[in-house]
Amino acid sequence: MTVKVLYFAWVRERLGKAQEEIELPPGIDTIGQLMSWLADRGEQYAYAFERPQVIRAAIDRNHVRADARIEGAREIAFFPPMTGG
Amino acid sequence: MRTTVRLQREPFEPAAEAAKLSAGRTDVGALVTFTGICRADENGAAITALHLEHYPGMAEAEITRHVEEACTRWPLLGATVIHRYGRLLPGENIVLVVTASSHRQAAFAAAEFLMDYLKTRAPFWKLVEKAGGPSWVEAKAVDDAAAERWSKPAPLR
Repeated sequence: MTVKVLYFAWVRERLGKAQEEIELPPGIDTIGQLMSWLADRGEQYAYAFERPQVIRAAIDRNHVRADARIEGAREIAFFPPMTGG
Repeated sequence: MRTTVRLQREPFEPAAEAAKLSAGRTDVGALVTFTGICRADENGAAITALHLEHYPGMAEAEITRHVEEACTRWPLLGATVIHRYGRLLPGENIVLVVTASSHRQAAFAAAEFLMDYLKTRAPFWKLVEKAGGPSWVEAKAVDDAAAERWSKPAPLR
C-alpha cells in the first residue's frame, strides 16, 4: 500500500522534507508502528522521531492516536503539538 | 445560522467581521469578539516576527468541525473564525473568533470553547523570529487544560 505522508513544523525541518510517498511494508498496522519504522530509515528520521510520544498524527486530516490503524489511509501527517490561536 | 471559517495571509478587520453577524437582523442580543494579537515578546525575549505554518485542508476541516460542535452545544445565531498564516509582525492580528447569540452566556462560552480548541487542536505551528535565531513555540500545558474542561458534556445554556 502506498500512502502520502506529510510532515509539519520541526518534524518537517528535521527531515528536510515536507512530504513523500511511502510504500508501507507488511506488518506496519498502526501509527505507532509506522513512527518506529520511519525512525529506522536514517539519521534525519531518527532525529525527527526520537521522541515519538510527543509527535501527533492525523489520518486523512483527522487527529488520531498512536494506536490508530492505518489500513486504507490515503494521507498520513506527523507534527508537533499544535500552537495556533 | 451564519458561519464563516477562513484561513488567509491577509489582515482582517475585526469590527467589520463582527458587524456581518448582526447586520439586518434583530434577534442577536449578544455578540462576542475575540482577537488574538502577535505580541513583541515570547517568554520574556523580544521577537521580531511570528511565522504561522498550517496544514492546508486539515486546518479548515478541523476548525469547521469545532464550529459545528459549538453550534450543537449552544444556541448560536452565527459564528466566524478567521486564522491567519504566514509571517506576522508584533501588533498584527492573528486570529478572530466572533459568536452571536440571543443572550450573552452562550456567546461568551462558545467563543471560549472555540479559542481553547484552536489553541490545542487546529493544525497551526508558531515559529518566532528573534535575535539568536528562530525557534518553535512550545505547546503549553495550560492550553491543554483549558481545552480539556470542554470534554465534559456542556450545559445547554
